[in-house]
Amino acid sequence: MKKEIIISGFGGQGVMSIGKNLVEAGMEEKFFVTWAPSYGPEMRGGTANCHVGISSDPIGAPMFTHPTELIAMNAPSIEKFGYKVRSGGSVFINSSVVKEQFLREDVSVYYVPCEDIAAELGNLKVANMVMLGAYIGATKALQVETVEKMIHEMFTGPKAKLIPLNLAALQRGLDAVQ
Amino acid sequence: MAIVYQKTQGLTDAEFHYCPGCHHGIIHKLVAETLVELGLLDEAIGVCPVGCSVFAYNYFNCDMLEAAHGRAPAVATGIKRTHPTQAVFTYQGDGDLASIGAAEIVHAAMRGEKFTTIFVNNAIYGMTGGQMAPTTLIGQRATTCQNGRTVEQAGSPIRMAELLSTMDGCVYAERVCVTDIANLNKAKRAIKKAFQKQMAGEGFTFVEVLSTCPTNWGLTPPKANEWLKENMVPYYPLGVIKETNTEVK
Amino acid sequence: MAKELWKGNEAIAEAAIRAGCDCFFGYPITPQSEVPEYMSVHLPKAGGVFVQSESEIAAINMVYGAGGSGKRAMTSSSSPGISLKQEGITYLAGAEVPAVIVNCMRGGPGLGTIQPGQGDYYQATRGGGNGDYRTVVLAPSNVQEAVDFVQEAFDIADEYRNPVMVVMDGLIGQMMEPIEWKEYKRRASTEKPWAAGGKFGRDHTNIINSLYIEPEACDIHNQHLTVKFNLMAEKEVRYETVNCEDAEIIITSYGTPARIALSAMEVLAAEGIKVGLFRPITLWPFPEKALHDLAGKDHVKHILDIELSSTGQMIDDVRLAVEGQKPISYLGRAGGMMPSVEEMVDAVYKALGKEVK
Repeated sequence: MKKEIIISGFGGQGVMSIGKNLVEAGMEEKFFVTWAPSYGPEMRGGTANCHVGISSDPIGAPMFTHPTELIAMNAPSIEKFGYKVRSGGSVFINSSVVKEQFLREDVSVYYVPCEDIAAELGNLKVANMVMLGAYIGATKALQVETVEKMIHEMFTGPKAKLIPLNLAALQRGLDAVQ
Repeated sequence: MAIVYQKTQGLTDAEFHYCPGCHHGIIHKLVAETLVELGLLDEAIGVCPVGCSVFAYNYFNCDMLEAAHGRAPAVATGIKRTHPTQAVFTYQGDGDLASIGAAEIVHAAMRGEKFTTIFVNNAIYGMTGGQMAPTTLIGQRATTCQNGRTVEQAGSPIRMAELLSTMDGCVYAERVCVTDIANLNKAKRAIKKAFQKQMAGEGFTFVEVLSTCPTNWGLTPPKANEWLKENMVPYYPLGVIKETNTEVK
Repeated sequence: MAKELWKGNEAIAEAAIRAGCDCFFGYPITPQSEVPEYMSVHLPKAGGVFVQSESEIAAINMVYGAGGSGKRAMTSSSSPGISLKQEGITYLAGAEVPAVIVNCMRGGPGLGTIQPGQGDYYQATRGGGNGDYRTVVLAPSNVQEAVDFVQEAFDIADEYRNPVMVVMDGLIGQMMEPIEWKEYKRRASTEKPWAAGGKFGRDHTNIINSLYIEPEACDIHNQHLTVKFNLMAEKEVRYETVNCEDAEIIITSYGTPARIALSAMEVLAAEGIKVGLFRPITLWPFPEKALHDLAGKDHVKHILDIELSSTGQMIDDVRLAVEGQKPISYLGRAGGMMPSVEEMVDAVYKALGKEVK
């Protein structure tokens, strides 16, 4: 297994945390992982991205010119990375924000209305968890149980009340790509 | 036979390299005596500058570090923060402290670093051959202002004791000179008070000592003393510039 | 020990604390600011001292004061800030004060970019300050190595009474990887009888100084330092080789591009090209003999040096080591750009005079 993922979107869309959740889950499943962020002014507005590697073997390059998957949370991300995804790869599009169709036939394209689903669940902050669910549901790269366990560990104390919400968001993401 | 005078244990037996009539030797002695009298010599750590007093590490009978030009306050910060109970001092000239090391001294004072700075102001670069210092007086000749310093060309001389006294972290700033016994005694008291306030943990302490440079001023030692009193003292007034009486808890 | 996910800059700060770093003096600059940020929170909790200095120059001189008075002292910065520290580094070397300096390198020259770079190779390996001196320069290519090397840097510094640099491109500082916290053991005794930390009954003063105004004395001091530098050159050389046994082309690279080279090598191996990686871990001392011997092997036809530098800097050391035995090509990107796997693959084909598949 070797996943080279670029996750890209506006600052505040949880791009970095989708990446962190992926590497944490990957680590839990004993894969080699890397997380390399864009940094600098783009962290403070504009489009930010991170590159996530998950692999059965040690990882060389931690940044990818041609990712196996792209998670695009906004339209500029499609422009920047959409045509760089490897043939046979996958593109996950946040269709709450990106209204255009992505016309490439050699990759699988998934449209996930992250913010719409999150709004239905009553909290826009879980939009990124919806996307994480969609990614895992479509790629089967990681076990759903691993992420569920992680959610339980992530929210402790007074934040524990957020567990059901995040689990629901994860599930809605999984459902969105079925 | 009664001993009427004895060289302080605060200085080593190394022979001073200073020019005849230079005040560095006297100022060294006052600092060294103070360290002995306060019982601090054995624990003290000093930092010397680049300038005429660059070899001060050979003269003070305590552990010493030689700093890069102007950086003594940063070096002393590194020492004092990691040796907070020990006496730490810098000994710096005017080019070192008021020119190239202006940032370091200002920020050490701002942070209220608990060390003592002895600032020897002789209004000229001595070691490098008599160039203009930031404290060179208007009209005073130096090898880089041979017709005398002008405001137009070089601005007005900087008063460091006053400048540093604006910092809350600076708890004590006094300007003294050592041209005669009365002033020498005042200087000794000032240096002692600075170290006492340092050891009480009050904050940054600063003693500016006006000093002569007969060689580069082109004057005999007695004339140099007179020149200091007539020209430097009016511009650099003597006395306590700032003293904060902090309640030490 | 279970692996933990750490960001490079935070990991090296934690590593330093675990290695008994007594004090850290630093100034904010991207992409290393997480180091002082982490230190400001965690070093005081461990009983250490953190000071945010007014400048890089002040920070390195605070290191000089603390290190010279016997403490384990550290500072970190990124390229333009490291330029400012050069004054302090030459004084540390001249006065024989141990210290650890981390350069989380970005692209230059001048203000350049905040993205990763390797344009400070000359500065680090030739001694960026004045006079004749050397510092051991460790170059990690992943977060685990960054952690291990920072800890060891304190020991190397103490052992030789010399500053040690850890240089990593900005990406290693910014990226997260799982690391293992090994039990840290000091190399040797860390008693410092030379330190100017107060006499406390000693019958002589300790003086930390780099001034030897008499030519004869300064010459003797330089000879003494040279003996030490030669000893470091003999004992501290480190490098890694990957698939060099029968390689027809050897890639020389360090830091992040050396990792990218590993990915390029996978692609090339699948296409039947025998390619090896020679990765200097100590940039100084450079693994000159090992590379010389490798280049001399019959199966090696070509050397390809890859750096995050437009002109190439390490390539000079590669040339000195290879001594004309084999042709050397260069691939470099600067300004924060990374040579891609594809570019590396193409460069290998070009170097070997083969058609790109």
